Formats: sequence, C-alpha cells, structure tokens
Amino acid sequence: MQPTASQTDIVESVSIDTPSGVENGIHLEVGNPEIFQRDDAARELVFDIEKLKILYSGVVAVADVDLDIAAREVTAFIGPSGCGKTTVLRSLNRMHDTTPGAVVHGKILYHGEDLYGSRIDAAEVRRRIGMVFQKPNPFPKSIFDNVAYGPKINGKKRKDLDDLVEHALTRAALWDEVKDKLKRSALALSGGQQQRLCIARAIAVEPDVILMDEPCSALDPIATARIEDLMAELKREFTIVIVTHNMQQASRVADRTAFFTAELNDAGKRQGILVEYDSTNKIFTQPSDPRTEGYITGRFG
Amino acid sequence: MTAPASLLAPRPGTRARHARNRIATLSIWVALILVVVPLVAVIGAVIVKGASSISGSFLTQDINKITNGQKLAAAFAKVAGKQSTQDGIKPAIIGTLLITGLATLLAVPLGVLGGVYLNEYGGRSRFARLLRFLTEVMTGVPSIVMGLFVFSIVVVKTGFSLGWNVSGLAGSLALACLMLPVVIRATEEMLKLVPQELREASYALGARKSKTIVSVVLPAAAGGIVSGALLAVARASGETAPLVFVIGITRTTNTNLFSGGNVALSTEIFRNALSYGSYATARNRAWGEALVLIVIALSFTLLARLVTALFVRRRAA
Repeated sequence: MQPTASQTDIVESVSIDTPSGVENGIHLEVGNPEIFQRDDAARELVFDIEKLKILYSGVVAVADVDLDIAAREVTAFIGPSGCGKTTVLRSLNRMHDTTPGAVVHGKILYHGEDLYGSRIDAAEVRRRIGMVFQKPNPFPKSIFDNVAYGPKINGKKRKDLDDLVEHALTRAALWDEVKDKLKRSALALSGGQQQRLCIARAIAVEPDVILMDEPCSALDPIATARIEDLMAELKREFTIVIVTHNMQQASRVADRTAFFTAELNDAGKRQGILVEYDSTNKIFTQPSDPRTEGYITGRFG
Repeated sequence: MTAPASLLAPRPGTRARHARNRIATLSIWVALILVVVPLVAVIGAVIVKGASSISGSFLTQDINKITNGQKLAAAFAKVAGKQSTQDGIKPAIIGTLLITGLATLLAVPLGVLGGVYLNEYGGRSRFARLLRFLTEVMTGVPSIVMGLFVFSIVVVKTGFSLGWNVSGLAGSLALACLMLPVVIRATEEMLKLVPQELREASYALGARKSKTIVSVVLPAAAGGIVSGALLAVARASGETAPLVFVIGITRTTNTNLFSGGNVALSTEIFRNALSYGSYATARNRAWGEALVLIVIALSFTLLARLVTALFVRRRAA
C-alpha cells in the first residue's frame, strides 16, 4: 500500500500533462500568447546569427543558418538526428573551441558584439552563456561543491558561497530534496536530480543565457515534467535555448521554434540546414515549409 | 506430427562437451597452482630463513665491519653454539627509505606533469607522439643501464660528467629515471578515463583549461594516479642494479643524500649474498634484509590500495 500511495503523491505534486499531441490547445498556449502581440522590433535580441556555417575537419556539418534569439524567451531547436541543431547550440557559447577540427564561419552577434571577435575571452563568454548537457554530468564532488564550483572560480568569496548555493538549488527546485545531504556525493543522486543539480550549477554563476542540449533525453517523464516546469520558471530571468528531439516538449516549453533538417548539398554530402524559424504556434499549426509540416506531422524524421 | 523430444533427452555431443569441460577445468587449476606455488615459496622461504635474523639490534644497529679475526671469532662462536649479534642493518633501512623518498619527490611531480601534458595538451600532435614513444622506450630500458647512465654522467669524472662521486642522490636519480616513464604512463592512462563531459561541464561554467585540469580532471583521476605512483615506488624500493655502483657504501647511517656513500637494503642483500661462501652469518643477514625489504615494499603496495579505496569510496558515497 505504502509505495502506491507515495507514487500517486509524486505524480500529483508535479502535475504532469498527458502528452496527447499538438492539437491539444493546452500545450500550444503555454508561454505563447504575448508573443503574438509583441512587436518584433520590441524584442530585445540576445543573439543575432548570420550566415553561420560550421565544419568538422573540413566537412560541413551545418550551413546557412540565420536566426535571432530574444531575451527571456525559450527558443527550441528541433529536427532529425544529424541536422546540426546541437552543433549550432554549441557554437553559441564557443564550446567548439575545445573540439579539435571544428571551425565556425559566419557571424554570431551577442548583444551586438561579435562572439568570435579576436579580443573576446571564451571563458567569459561561457561564464555568461551557461550550458546544460544531454547526459547529467555532475562533478565527482559533493552536491555543495558542484554548485559552488562556478562561483568559486569566478571569484566569489568563500563566506558568500553558502547563500549562493542555497539560492541556486532553490531556483533549480532541488533544495528541499538535498538540503540535508549537501556534503554527500552528487553521483548518489537520481538522474533527474543530477540534471537539476547541473541546472543549479549553471545558474549559480548568474549567466545571461542557458543553453540546454536535450536536457531531458536521459530522464523519465516525471523528471522531464519537473525540468519543463523549471524552464517556464527560469525564463523570467534567463534566456533559454533548448535542443530537443521531442516535439511535444518544444510545443510545451518554447516561445519560438527553429526547425532544422539534413539534406544533400552540392557536393553530395549530408549537411544540416535551417528550414524554418517562427513562433512555436506558427510552426506547429501553420508551417510554411512542407518539410516542417512533414516532420511535425510525423511523416518524416 | 511428432511430439517434440523431451527437454531431458541428451543433445548430440553432450559427452564430448563434458569431457572438454573437465579438461579445461583441470588445466586452469594446474595453471593456478603453477603460479601460486613459486609465489608462496618465495615469500615462505624469505619468512622462514629471514625471521631468525630479525631482532631489535638487527633493526637498530649499524653495520659492523667484519675483519677476518671477527669472522674467525664468529665461526668459533657458532661452533660453541652462540650467535654473534652486534650487527644491524639500520643504515640500509634508512638509506632505502631516503633514496626511494627523494626519487619519488623527483619522479612523481615530473611524471604527473608529463602525463597531463600528453593527455590534455599534446594529444595527437607530432611532439606528443614522439614523447609517448620515448616514454615507452624508457620503460623498456633495463635498470642496470639506468645505473650505468647515472654512473657515467653524475658519478665519475670524465668528459662531460658532473663527477659528484658516489652518493644517495645518484641512487635517487637512477631510481627516478626508472620511475618517471611508469608515472607518466599511469597518469596519462588515468586521465584518458576522465569523461570529456566533465571537462565540458567545467568550461561551460567559465573555467579556463588550467583551472579545469587542476580542479576537475586531476581530482577525478587522483585515485588511479596515486596508486600508479605508489606501485612505481614499491617497485623502485627493491631495485638493486641501478644502485650498486652509484651509491657507494657506508656502515653508519648517512642521512645526507648529497654527500658521502650510502647504503640500501637491496645493495646490502647483494653484498651479503656474494660473500656468504666463507661466512654463514652473512647469508642469514641477507635473508633478514630481504624480509625487511619485502615488508617495506608490501606496505607501499597496501598504502596504494588504501588510497585508491578511499578515493573510490569518497566518489561513490
């Protein structure tokens, strides 16, 4: 009897939606309404990407990407495997700097500054533009040390760390679960808790943008629902860009959605391209490109 | 339609398979015994023959200079049924610990830095591949060649050599040369096991590469690196060949590694084992020294295990 009862509690407490398809009006309304009223000129741009082209060891992975990302919105990148959506995401915080053979062409303006300019410090870029990865990757340290790591390397004083850690864990909706075991290893947490810890770790350095690379693909539906709730909460303060395979997830959390796909280029190689970028509602109800329509209706990909 | 055969019916080839199984099991047991018997025999022989030499004075006294007269006296004493004592190995114990200790201080930091360079910075560059190859070659150099190398460039006074004469330092240099490639390889292998995701997690928080290596990568690999290094230390503490002609000899404890001859357990065993023909006590001394040396090496190994276990537990807790 005991386990059944507590399971019900969990499900109720996170108020999980049944993913019943894009026609369900509830999903489409989440986060979207004001976007339609908002004048495009009034959007505060965080990223302005022009003619982005990324190569791995000379092979084009993705090309001709033009899009802009606005502040305090959730922007989703969707598309089939190999379409370059993660590659584009990783270019937004210069993560490709650490990948041998990766070359980024084109222009990415971050608040009007060229992200790849010669005088830009990549470490400072990544401090402001945080990242949450596909697989939860906490450090093999204590829960406290995981969250405190970022503030510590960015020069926060030791005496402020306790408050910072509590604040970050609270905002990541993890504090109540871990407040009594902050000294325990982060690796003892469940997958969903580890991912929320990684989100707490990312927001502890007070970033401007949080990039999320399929943050829920390794998690069960309950943990996924919690992270999606969290995103809705976090977008009040942060700009969020999320890569996802899960179209329902994009329709639930994103204000704007970019659809990528992979096609053969002139050289006969598969290469990622941006097909369509619009408000999530538009993409999921009246896509202007037949390829987008084919993908979201499940005929392809 | 025939009913399928019972599951209990023998399948073809069952007897042959059982026979092969028995033969294989038997050969594995034989192989096990062949490996374990010499191991137990070595440890057993050292304990049985060495234990009688171990005493308080054996461990705490200086090494006696044995004159021919004393050899004669000792022979008479033995005939009379008395053991001549007053002869210890303290200088050799101290020498072994100091020489190995300095070698560790020289080799471990350099080796860890070398491993960090190879895995974190060098990667597949031409220079890193050359270094990796040289490290492999260095691992294969016989220890006596390392001794000869140090002897010719540090100890003797010819040509370009330093001519510092024999000393504990020369022995430490020879041991450090032996340990260095082992520590480099162990460090590189352990760093390879650190998942790339951890490095990226650190970069994504605004950490620089050096900070990431010091605060994330090295701590994640620390257990493996420490146990690899301690195994190299255990190995080096028993080395004889590189020491015999570079550390010289002393009969009293010499804690100054930088001047004067020194003595180690391994070289003492060598010297005593060579001179046993006419003097039975020397043989017993050699066994006693062997036992002490094994205990020292074993405690390094146990320490390595303990450190690894501590790190593993801290990470899993």
